[in-house]
Amino acid sequence: MNRQMTGADIVVQALKDQGVDTVFGYPGGAVLPIYDAIFQQNDIRHILVRHEQGATHAAEGYARSTGKPGVVLVTSGPGATNAVTGMTDALMDSIPMIVLTGQVPSFMIGSDAFQEADTVGITRPCTKHNWLVKDTDKLAGTIHEAFHVATSGRPGPVLVDIPKDVQFANGKYVAPAKADLGHYKPQVKGDKDAITALVDLMEKAEKPVFYTGGGVINSGKGASLLLRELVKSTNFPITSTLMGLGSYPASGNNWLGMLGMHGTYEANLAMHDCDLMICVGARFDDRITGRIDAFSPKSKKAHIDIDPSSINKVIHVDVPIIGDIGHVLEDLLKIWKSRGRKTKAAEIKKWHAQIDEWRAVDCLAFKNSDKIIKPQYALQRLEALTKDMDRYITTEVGQHQMWAAQYLGFEDPNRWMTSGGLGTMGYGLPASVGTQIAHPDSLVINIAGDASWLMNMQEMGTAVQYRAPVKQFILNNERLGMVRQWQELLHGERYSHTWSEALPDFVKLAEAFGGKGIRCSDPADLDDAIMEMVNYDGPVIFDCLIEKHENCFPMIPSGKAHNEMLMGEADTKNAIDDSGAVLV
Amino acid sequence: MNAVKLKKGASSHSAYDLKSFIGDTEETHTLAVLVDNEAGVLARVIGLFSGRGYNIESLTVAEVDHEGNRSRITIVTTGTPSVIEQIKAQLDRMVPVYEVHDLTVEGPSVERELALFKVHGKGEKRVEALRTAQIFRANVVDSTLESFVFELTGTPEKIDAFADMMRPLGLSDVARTGVAAIARGT
Repeated sequence: MNRQMTGADIVVQALKDQGVDTVFGYPGGAVLPIYDAIFQQNDIRHILVRHEQGATHAAEGYARSTGKPGVVLVTSGPGATNAVTGMTDALMDSIPMIVLTGQVPSFMIGSDAFQEADTVGITRPCTKHNWLVKDTDKLAGTIHEAFHVATSGRPGPVLVDIPKDVQFANGKYVAPAKADLGHYKPQVKGDKDAITALVDLMEKAEKPVFYTGGGVINSGKGASLLLRELVKSTNFPITSTLMGLGSYPASGNNWLGMLGMHGTYEANLAMHDCDLMICVGARFDDRITGRIDAFSPKSKKAHIDIDPSSINKVIHVDVPIIGDIGHVLEDLLKIWKSRGRKTKAAEIKKWHAQIDEWRAVDCLAFKNSDKIIKPQYALQRLEALTKDMDRYITTEVGQHQMWAAQYLGFEDPNRWMTSGGLGTMGYGLPASVGTQIAHPDSLVINIAGDASWLMNMQEMGTAVQYRAPVKQFILNNERLGMVRQWQELLHGERYSHTWSEALPDFVKLAEAFGGKGIRCSDPADLDDAIMEMVNYDGPVIFDCLIEKHENCFPMIPSGKAHNEMLMGEADTKNAIDDSGAVLV
Repeated sequence: MNAVKLKKGASSHSAYDLKSFIGDTEETHTLAVLVDNEAGVLARVIGLFSGRGYNIESLTVAEVDHEGNRSRITIVTTGTPSVIEQIKAQLDRMVPVYEVHDLTVEGPSVERELALFKVHGKGEKRVEALRTAQIFRANVVDSTLESFVFELTGTPEKIDAFADMMRPLGLSDVARTGVAAIARGT
């Protein structure tokens, strides 16, 4: 039963048995045996990236858009250190990812061998767990345990470091069903008494709000369906973090838009004025809460999360419920229904009327122009022209990311891939490649800024090689737009190193890579140009020349509360005081 | 900044003194953490404390169950009540951790520490050192004509008190194990 095979074959067999169809990687000396094993099989497709960071973000895009873990294979030393940013990103955003790294032979570890790095040491704080495998007999079990840890509980990245001699040596293979997965078993069922306490609060609430996050998406499509049913039958309004967009449809009646630093006026004021906040799979991040001591002062708070350490970390809550979102929402619905589906319908109707007043402020309104493309307009047009298509959106990090979250609508989970917690510039292009590899026939658009996009632009090569027809929609303001905005608000308009004097010609760059380049600078041409991008069968770089000094509003300045939003340029004078300026 | 009130044997400084907790009372807690005895597990725990800015007053670790491959880490830490809760939750979600016990709140417990003291001296000071050691029930585990090494087991406060007594009598070196702790009763 326990077959003998080489460590390299064990790696490939274990991946197959875990249902892996795609690996993102880059070869090197310490993983050559595994690459040799990959060469001699056809079940697992290997995507050769151009930089190991690209492999990690591609795996994140793959994972986020499929719900399956992403798999990365890189070599020792620089291969592993280049993957650190992507692992940290996956840790912050709870993306399941398995990173396999080659290591120098075990008898050379500690000798400062060529391309040696203390990979498990370096990656300990940026993985959920990691392993150095020194015995080929333990390799299969360790890889199966790695998949178990990455995908159960709060998902995250794990790393298995495999010395080259362990890859060459013979050992016994253990199938997943027979493997010892260790004692890591997070609680998935929520405490019934706590859920009942939440139902109590829901029955009495006059101004309730659902505040949902990436945990709903991580819990699977079933959790999103349960959330929709819960929102529909209670008629409570709902907002979401950046990471949770799509779990409730943007076209839904109870949708408030995204909340937080660049969230909508109605979402943030609903959070501030509510009497019951139901946090579902979110973690009270500082982009969400603003000033902690002024955060939603009048509400009772419930928090559903699979990670006990997220409870009471930032905001003290009245009803903590530890468990998987899907399981907890199912029980919550069951208990609420069994008690007669009670809500304070009349008061909630009044609450909606109040919210409608806030909505009427039209916080996302902007001054359009017929001479120059406004970034908001570009995204409105992109949304209008592509919203009914089978579409996946990735983003880089910055103003364009916030505008994308504001002006694009997401009807389903797993359609929106963005770097939330870590805010990794350079995430979007490789993530779009990983998403496209997983969904070859879908439209995959990376909303980018010129500065972010350049950080991993080498991955255009990957897109071209694997015929991944990703669309790179670059909102080009020749600036580091978000940093520039902060310098305007906080640092006396001294724009220290936030513009690019030597940007490449993006159209020629696309052609140099073997893709198509499109440039657009006139609002009148925008629709045709977008359709040309969408209809082109291959990777496209769309150089959208936009207004250079546009700021992203609404904005809760750092150190301020939800009801102290800046709505536009007129509000920005002395908006941030010294205590706010030290915050990020 | 408000003065922080330290409870129960806490010293005012720590191996990792990265955060100041303004406006809330700091408490000292002794945590017992049962972990897999695997490579790097101590580095994970220490990394958690340094990375998140928690304090470590004392930390001891040793294998306690060879067959079950388990080690026990005893950590004395300080923090506001909410920080202590965070520390426990953060420890508990680590993959190699089996159990986290807060001995300070889970009922009565016993804490002991072992220390070795080297005291140099001649004449009356040497006699006084030996006499004080007897009062503290310290053992002499090495002696020369000009020095003693005393072994003392007790609570951290007792070890501190003995060190204070020995300092004017020629104390030159101290080695302490850190606290080992266990719950009383069954």
